[in-house]
Amino acid sequence: MMLLETRNLGHSFGGLLALENLHLQVPEGALYGLIGPNGAGKTTIFNLLSGFLKPTQGDILFHGAKITGLPPEQITLLGIARTFQNIRLFGELTVLDNVLVGCQGRGRASWWQAALRFPVYLREEREYLARSRALLEEVGLAGAADDIAGQLPYGHQRRLEITRALATRPKLLLLDEPAAGLNPQETQDLMDFLRTIHREYHLTILVIEHNLRLVMGLCQHLTVLDHGLTIAAGPPAEVRRHPRVIRAYLGK
Amino acid sequence: MTTKHWLNLGVVGLLALFVWGAGRWLDEYQVRLLNNVAVFITLAVSYNLINGVCGQLHLGPNAFITLGAYTAALLTMTPAEKAANFLITPLYWPLSQISLPFPLALLAGGLVAAGAGFLTGFPVFRVRGDYLAIVTLGFGEVVRVLANNLQGLTNGPLGLKGLYPCTNLWWSWGVAVATVALITALVNSGYGRALKAIRDDETAARAMGLNTFRHLLLAYILSAFFFGVGGGLLAHLITTISPSLFTFFLTFNLLIIIVVGGLGSTTGAVLAAAFFTLAGEWLRVVEEPLEVLGLHIPGIPGMRMVLFSLLLLLVIIYFRGGLLGRREFTWAGLTRFCSRMGRHDAS
Repeated sequence: MMLLETRNLGHSFGGLLALENLHLQVPEGALYGLIGPNGAGKTTIFNLLSGFLKPTQGDILFHGAKITGLPPEQITLLGIARTFQNIRLFGELTVLDNVLVGCQGRGRASWWQAALRFPVYLREEREYLARSRALLEEVGLAGAADDIAGQLPYGHQRRLEITRALATRPKLLLLDEPAAGLNPQETQDLMDFLRTIHREYHLTILVIEHNLRLVMGLCQHLTVLDHGLTIAAGPPAEVRRHPRVIRAYLGK
Repeated sequence: MTTKHWLNLGVVGLLALFVWGAGRWLDEYQVRLLNNVAVFITLAVSYNLINGVCGQLHLGPNAFITLGAYTAALLTMTPAEKAANFLITPLYWPLSQISLPFPLALLAGGLVAAGAGFLTGFPVFRVRGDYLAIVTLGFGEVVRVLANNLQGLTNGPLGLKGLYPCTNLWWSWGVAVATVALITALVNSGYGRALKAIRDDETAARAMGLNTFRHLLLAYILSAFFFGVGGGLLAHLITTISPSLFTFFLTFNLLIIIVVGGLGSTTGAVLAAAFFTLAGEWLRVVEEPLEVLGLHIPGIPGMRMVLFSLLLLLVIIYFRGGLLGRREFTWAGLTRFCSRMGRHDAS
């Protein structure tokens, strides 16, 4: 059963065709990689999948149901969480508050119940707090819970952004260049971290990455894009020998 | 009830005692000033909710204050007073016959403003940033022009005169305390956390599953409600209202207050509102003829505004985030401060 499927997905910005005929099939539980040179349309795919862009052609299916054109917040609540290429934390909130915001999307208490501290609100807050603290504990950020998120070291900010995404209880996690700006040691730590959360939270992970070492080491499936077109798909070992991939990356 | 709640109650009690004493021993001018302080606290704290906490540059509070002021005024005036005011065009029926008690009129003022907030919220929150500022600014102008021209509803440029001065210290301070309490409670709740998250990064907030439109609309409507109530209080304090009272200048004053207090800080909004209202009166001295060291300075009208501008410049240069930044007064903070002071003395 495919968790995520795109059929003939495409997007053009005015006359610029950013993505064409994408047929992506991500099985449940996969660690799936999406690679391609700059401008290949990778981030466009993420913006389409997470609802920040509406596709100009094709469909997106999640659990077999069409989610094409839904707004981002609804897609998140269905179970697709994402991170951003340039980290987007709530910079002036604490680390704990960042994760709490991730928890509260499905909250049922209304604003006046929150303002008047009704039991339904307090019960939800207690649950969010317990869940956030547990999450921070598991990812090793518990010590920084009361720090201001924008002042964390870069590597920790990346980790916090992933943690915050986990707080929305996703089934599918979209990671947009999680290793960008990390040194080799940090990249290694990140790979271990991704493997751990993949296992612990029964996640399916779709990752965009430039760092081929990370993608080849982590992913079971790859799709390679160039100029909005899919040029290869398959297991890493196969894809890396594909002549069109070599041409796209190295020039001929 | 925790210690914190008892302390809060204690403060409200002290305030009540102060209001009681003020009503008894202060003269009319001083009472008037205190009323002004309370109304501006209400307005500034509500403005800070949408502008400081949510980070949306809303420039139309004067629109909602106008709506609240006119609604409340039209509802408290007696049919005879209305007939005496509306000489050129008579007031529409049934408004011409209705007369309500002050509290209900205030509530109606708030609800009409909130209703206008609901209706304008949809176009307003289709845009962000500078565009949002322009849309809300335009809305403020639309309301002012309507107030000038809907003769049968507002009596046009002549305005409404001879309102009964219903606003006393109990009403103005009661509303101020209720506003501060409700908005503080909301800002310190999960909803407030969501609003601050939207201020920091709306895209990320949406990716967290927050319906940011609904959150912003709620804050906008809530602030509109309190603008309306504040407008009603203001009308029954001044007792004469006309469209020229509610120009963009009013919004601008509120904006100065919350920027100087610290955008996003309710404490800052309260302190700055009190400071500006009182300083505005004390500085009247500089507009009167003065004898300084044998030097005669003729009174210069508008000199106060020059001093305010200077003050604003100084704040912008030396306190970029306003006087309080985003800090808030908390009991825990006070305890920490006192214990630090205590240690300092001992050493």
